[in-house]
Amino acid sequence: MTTSLSNKERLEIPRGKMPAQDPEKRSRNFREVNLGLDLHAARLEAQRCLDCRTRPCVDGCPVGVAIPEFITALADGNLPTAAKALQQHNALPAICGRVCPQESQCEARCVRAVKGKPVAIGHLERFVADWALQRDVSDNAPRVPESGKKVAVAGCGPAGLTVAGELVRLGHEVTIFEALHDTGGVLRYGIPEFRLPKRIIDIEVARLTRQGVQIECNVIIGKTLSLEQLRRDYDAVYIANGAGLPMMLGIPGENLKGVYAANEYLTRVNLMGAGQNIEATTPIIKGKKVAVIGGGNTAMDCVRTARRLGADKALIVYRRGETEMPARIEEVHHAKEEGIEFVLLTSPLAVLGDEKGWVTALRCQKMELGDADESGRRRPMPVEGGEYDLEVDVVFNALGTRANPLLTATAPDLKLNRWGNIESDENGATSLPGVFAGGDIVRGGATVILAKGDGKQGAAAIDSYLRQKE
Amino acid sequence: MFPVLHNEPLAPQLHRMVIRAPRIAAARKAGQFVMVRADQGEERIPLTIGDADAEQGTITLYIQANGSSTRRIVATPAGGTLRDIAGPLGMATEIENWGRVACVGGGVGTAVLYPMAKALAAAGNNITTVIGGRSDQYIILAEELADFSDQVKITTEDGSLGRQGFVTAELESLIADPGTTPQAVFAVGPVPMMRAVAEQTRPHGIKTVVSLNPIMIDGTGMCGGCRVEVNGEPLFACVDGPEFDGHAVNFSVLADRLTMYERHDGPCRLA
Ligand SMILES: Cc1cc2nc3c(=O)[nH]c(=O)nc-3n(C[C@H](O)[C@H](O)[C@H](O)COP(=O)(O)OP(=O)(O)OC[C@H]3O[C@@H](n4cnc5c(N)ncnc54)[C@H](O)[C@@H]3O)c2cc1C
Ligand SMILES: Cc1cc2nc3c(=O)[nH]c(=O)nc-3n(C[C@H](O)[C@H](O)[C@H](O)COP(=O)(O)OP(=O)(O)OC[C@H]3O[C@@H](n4cnc5c(N)ncnc54)[C@H](O)[C@@H]3O)c2cc1C
Ligand code: SF4
Ligand code: SF4
Ligand code: FES
Repeated sequence: MTTSLSNKERLEIPRGKMPAQDPEKRSRNFREVNLGLDLHAARLEAQRCLDCRTRPCVDGCPVGVAIPEFITALADGNLPTAAKALQQHNALPAICGRVCPQESQCEARCVRAVKGKPVAIGHLERFVADWALQRDVSDNAPRVPESGKKVAVAGCGPAGLTVAGELVRLGHEVTIFEALHDTGGVLRYGIPEFRLPKRIIDIEVARLTRQGVQIECNVIIGKTLSLEQLRRDYDAVYIANGAGLPMMLGIPGENLKGVYAANEYLTRVNLMGAGQNIEATTPIIKGKKVAVIGGGNTAMDCVRTARRLGADKALIVYRRGETEMPARIEEVHHAKEEGIEFVLLTSPLAVLGDEKGWVTALRCQKMELGDADESGRRRPMPVEGGEYDLEVDVVFNALGTRANPLLTATAPDLKLNRWGNIESDENGATSLPGVFAGGDIVRGGATVILAKGDGKQGAAAIDSYLRQKE
Repeated sequence: MFPVLHNEPLAPQLHRMVIRAPRIAAARKAGQFVMVRADQGEERIPLTIGDADAEQGTITLYIQANGSSTRRIVATPAGGTLRDIAGPLGMATEIENWGRVACVGGGVGTAVLYPMAKALAAAGNNITTVIGGRSDQYIILAEELADFSDQVKITTEDGSLGRQGFVTAELESLIADPGTTPQAVFAVGPVPMMRAVAEQTRPHGIKTVVSLNPIMIDGTGMCGGCRVEVNGEPLFACVDGPEFDGHAVNFSVLADRLTMYERHDGPCRLA
């Protein structure tokens, strides 16, 4: 039942809308905001794709997903083929369809973006992936014979999960060691349920364990087991322990009660269930008037979580303008719909508190954009006399993270760059033979899809390293 | 799952638990701690590894059960299991032969002090241990500490055992006598006690190490919740500590941040 539309007809189809929970309702629950397309809407959106021969969209995807192939199969209503085409390059599409910054990756390159709106590649990816998840059509690529080689992976985030999945398919025995008591890395403790349901992580993890990946939680490489031990007991090691240590604001009042680093707050809610599950015993401070400092995904996740925990007033305080915000456009959009206020071109000067040490206000400085800095972004400059106080009871710092030294500090021979991130070549090989690395510990805070791309490349490199070693 | 092998009360609300955790037992050094989560839905809390037996593959924890998480943990009988234990975390105690060392412990801090004192004794230090508590029934581990201490001094607030008063009185006497002045002091206990000890030793320039107990969540350096102010800089107790130079610590910040969840379930005890 091939849909044989002309390009002109395809061009006439407007970009479909992702159905979403009502903003008023959803800002009081943790259920997923986006409801997902139905088959009809998905096929209609898929028909907008022109199946370009030059495939510019694919160049925009860090892992080179076969975008036109999976979309045309979907347009034809051939979901098994669509799923296969998608999974060929992306082992966790249900996650990427939800969290990739599509507007700056695949969709940015879509020819349809030149005049109008790009094909909603992310939404379609999610649709096909969810369809496949329900049916568990994990691609049954024939497994190669067992190699007898063992690989250890440090960290169970997207990079670690990807490298492990690829390596078992290549016939190696893989064990992931995870420091926390649960899997997923940032996918679980950082990104909230309303953007990425934990159920999806659970399904993906279960699929990997069925394929033979072993996962041991509560094992901290560098503490419970050393890198040296792993190098002795395994034929290769992959380090994917992510970014760590939140950067501090470095302003007065940072230690007042009611000032949270975003990671702490999100971990309490997402990993420990604080405020979300009644039975959870982990405490949390629910602010009534909260300000989040930052403009990335972490900032959006924080402010929207606080909103769901009952904040009447929830502010984003960001020192540049909205167009400079690194957060996904969809999240900014959703945040606004949920009543989040954006205080832009504003820098925090100090957190103010009462005599008991609780936060009462955030002292701010109005900024304006000056000349461009080295990064090409215009540098915010303070406006004279632009000091004022925002009355709040909780302040979140979502400035970002530095490299976590927990593992690297115990491995003096492992070469790091000046920010403390592990140095590796384009295949993920580090300065130590047989030790590979990828994801945020190499890149600094980056994205899920880049971490997964690293994992995939790393697996190929480890495979050829192991076969050479034979 | 981590099997509980023994669980015995030592003092009111204070339990000693021996748990099978072979990897942690093998890797652990004095001064390090574990993050424990009794079961699904429970909090992750930090507990010092009081002792470890690498051959038996066991660790010993001393737990003062006042709040909901600690109560839940000590309610696990021998034969039961604790769901998650991760470690050993934190930096190990800096062990050197300082000569004469005073080890000062207050309340459950004595349990945190115990492995440090033991390691310092093993390194050849002459150890004077000073432990204090509200009354005699709160004095813990006195015999165990006596095994390797050159002397053990006890203080109780009500005078029911040892000298009446606070540990600082005993420390004052030690410092005042040139024959017993310590070259280093290790102090673990409630924040006011550690602060008082640091103020006592500061004028004499005696090296003073304290073990801090801020609220933790992951224990791996990821969340920043355990930040403490040392020399005016924010440091993370779970990766940079938990032991710090007592003369550089901002105790007011620590004491204040420990009250963050006080309303939640009873008062904190170490602080
Ligand atoms: C709140 C938030 C929202 C985000 N939103 C998005 C988004 O919408 N889209 C997007 O693309 N990206 C987003 N990101 C970024 C993205 O999540 C990360 O780039 C990605 O998760 C990095 O993957 P990773 O596998 O390198 O590390 P992580 O996901 O950080 O996983 C590392 C894992 O290793 C474990 N670990 C750490 N140390 C050790 C050790 N010593 N031994 C064993 N295990 C260890 C950690 O506990 C963790 O589970 C967001 C990040 C945050 C914090
Ligand atoms: C490095 C380190 C080592 C420790 N070692 C021991 C030990 O060996 N034995 C022992 O009994 N206790 C020890 N503690 C303290 C112990 O972790 C807390 O008493 C425990 O978290 C309190 O939990 P709760 O639910 O029982 O108490 P509640 O009073 O109900 O706690 C409420 C909240 O405050 C936090 N909290 C309260 N008091 C403290 C505190 N003093 N320290 C940290 N968090 C606190 C809890 O995590 C919880 O979030 C240590 C703390 C640290 C940081
Ligand atoms: S993985 Fe991400 S960038 Fe690639 S096609 Fe899918 S949504 Fe786009
Ligand atoms: S660029 Fe856009 S229209 Fe062209 S193949 Fe890719 S998704 Fe389809
Ligand atoms: S407990 Fe989270 S950084 Fe120390």
